Amino acid sequence: MSKENVLRVSDITMQFGGVVAVNDLSLEVNKGEIIGLIGPNGAGKTTAFNVITGVYAPTNGRVELHGETIAENHPHGKMKAMYKGQNDGKYTDVKVLTPDKITKKGIARTFQNIRLFKGMTVLENVLVAMHMNMKAGVFGAALRFNAAEEAKMREEAMELLRMFNLEENKDDLATSLPYGKQRHLEIARALATKPQLLLLDEPAAGMNPQESDELMRMVGKIRDDFNLSILMIEHHMQVIMGICERIYVLDYGALIAEGTPEEIQNNPRVIEAYLGVDD
Amino acid sequence: MTDRISNKKNITLSIIAIIVMLAAIYVLDIVIKPTSSWSNLMTCLEKGTIYALVAVSMNLLNGFTGLFSLGQAGFMLIGAYAYAIFAIAPEDRATVYQYYEGGGLIHFSLPHMLQDMMGGADAFGGTIGYYLGIILLMIFAGLITAVIAFLIGIPVLRLKSDYLAIATLGFAEIIRSFFQWEGLGPVTNGSNVLRKFASYDSSIFPVLVAGICVAFIVLLINSSYGRAFKSIRDDEIAAEAMGVNLFKHKELSFVISSFFAGVGGALLAMFQNNINAAPFTSNMTYEILLIVVIGGIGSITGSIIGAYLFVCCSEWWLRGLDAGEFLGIEADFMSPGFRKVVFAVVIMCIVLFYSRGIMGTNEFSWSGLFNFFKTLPKRIAAVPGKIKAKFSNKKHKKHTENVKEAQ
Ligand SMILES: Nc1ncnc2c1ncn2[C@@H]1O[C@H](COP(=O)(O)OP(=O)(O)OP(=O)(O)O)[C@@H](O)[C@H]1O
Ligand SMILES: [Mg+2]
Repeated sequence: MSKENVLRVSDITMQFGGVVAVNDLSLEVNKGEIIGLIGPNGAGKTTAFNVITGVYAPTNGRVELHGETIAENHPHGKMKAMYKGQNDGKYTDVKVLTPDKITKKGIARTFQNIRLFKGMTVLENVLVAMHMNMKAGVFGAALRFNAAEEAKMREEAMELLRMFNLEENKDDLATSLPYGKQRHLEIARALATKPQLLLLDEPAAGMNPQESDELMRMVGKIRDDFNLSILMIEHHMQVIMGICERIYVLDYGALIAEGTPEEIQNNPRVIEAYLGVDD
Repeated sequence: MTDRISNKKNITLSIIAIIVMLAAIYVLDIVIKPTSSWSNLMTCLEKGTIYALVAVSMNLLNGFTGLFSLGQAGFMLIGAYAYAIFAIAPEDRATVYQYYEGGGLIHFSLPHMLQDMMGGADAFGGTIGYYLGIILLMIFAGLITAVIAFLIGIPVLRLKSDYLAIATLGFAEIIRSFFQWEGLGPVTNGSNVLRKFASYDSSIFPVLVAGICVAFIVLLINSSYGRAFKSIRDDEIAAEAMGVNLFKHKELSFVISSFFAGVGGALLAMFQNNINAAPFTSNMTYEILLIVVIGGIGSITGSIIGAYLFVCCSEWWLRGLDAGEFLGIEADFMSPGFRKVVFAVVIMCIVLFYSRGIMGTNEFSWSGLFNFFKTLPKRIAAVPGKIKAKFSNKKHKKHTENVKEAQ
């Protein structure tokens, strides 16, 4: 049985001036998979997420979601002379969707440095993520003609909060939550956009082993309950190894290995580049 | 369940408060307006109300959407002119547009036209027609302002915050010169004053109009769109990642804010009974910005309180300081200009004790109000200690903070 492809990243290079943050990266995520993206600090993992979600237009390469191009670019102007990647001339289209359009198409993400809406409550944070699917116009919403729709949104948001044990904090300011709960809220908020692909950027950062164990179980449950695919960056090796079907390893922006957790653990290049310097 | 009961109680309280307030204004209007001794009260009430509306509309942009825009005076100017130009009775045009042939280019007034159509000046229907004309024209003024804001927003809202401030400030200055341009004289009366246009009689009118406008803004802020605005204010990158279309929502907030600035400008024109582009300088924008900051960026209640405080201070309470007599004290140093010195000190004090504005980001609630009065004596008693803590050394400050935490 061939797997249904969800995300296909082809030959992505992301260059900031002279810095090549991501260098010819290609990866794939299929339906229902949990895929890991690892690498030492500064390897370009977050930058790869930023390209996939439209924060940055790639210097070269293509990103597809369900076979539809959401970002494609090739070096222009000054970058043409500076460009350090390969695949010159392979990509000719220029199409870069904005992050909100990409989110609407079904990719949601969390942030490594938590980016909750700090002036808003926990519930409001989740509700914002549902705004894009709202049917009411600005007058309808302001004059409360959409009361039923709003009530339904709130009910769905509460359900998500309940799943993450946040229902008691619903009226607290998001930033007043303890660190671990903020990370949970970030995931709840991302899920509220009803994604088909969830990108998690170090969801277990700053958590103790017990908390990250719990998170690992949570990630599996999310995949099953919401019927989605997950691509996650993580430094906690036991989390990554325990849960991911396949792992991609980045070093200095370039892909150095790809495979099952066992293959990655035994790959000499990975050991040299990554596990060897792990703390 | 208790939630719902207290909610009902709050709504009842609010309705009673609104009715009492309107009745009070109606009575004051009849009793005070003809007498001269307390006319300041009505002036401040009307002007404060208009400034409250304009400040709230600015807060929608600056406090709730995080867009630092300084075009408010420009938008008010557009609204004021859009209203005044179409509200001067045809027979008065020759005197108003005295420097232009044939009383200018436009020869009709919507309020006067509707008044005539519905029975004339002496009939009840005529009065209704007159006010209907005023209201329709105010909506027109708001819409014109909104359309211009929409067009300006297309290039300007893509700029980052400091540049946005500069661009909107520049735009407001251009608008001011544009309206004073002699070439447009037959329509705008050039740099001359527009006057003799239709206006309201009762102070209830601006209060009602501003009240409805502010109510709409509050409802908007508490809707899903308001949440989207706030998400942009808090974190643009995260907002966009959650599917909020940044440009669309910034444009929406900008256009709505400008609509109400335009309506506010029309009200201001009516309040003053004459209008001229000259005073709509960046100074006026700064006054409104001051109101927003003093009241609390991100608090509607704060903007309203700030507006009345500002207007009362500058038009009434502190006037004596310029005239040489204040609270019964007479002194030589109280000469014109001294009021501004005292006013600056008052503002510094407010900023010192309420660093995030009087209301911070809090809003009015009945329970909050009751609590305010309940704890008032206690807090007044604590003021000397607070002042001491403010001015004493860091070590002491830390100590009091620790004590506070321990409690
Ligand atoms: N906007 C930018 N401008 C210039 N350089 C950038 C930019 N964003 C990222 N970089 C550079 O790209 C490189 C990769 O950064 P990135 O944040 O993607 O690493 P990472 O793999 O996520 O690391 P970490 O594990 O620390 O999160 C770094 O050298 C960084 O300085
Ligand atoms: Mg990173």
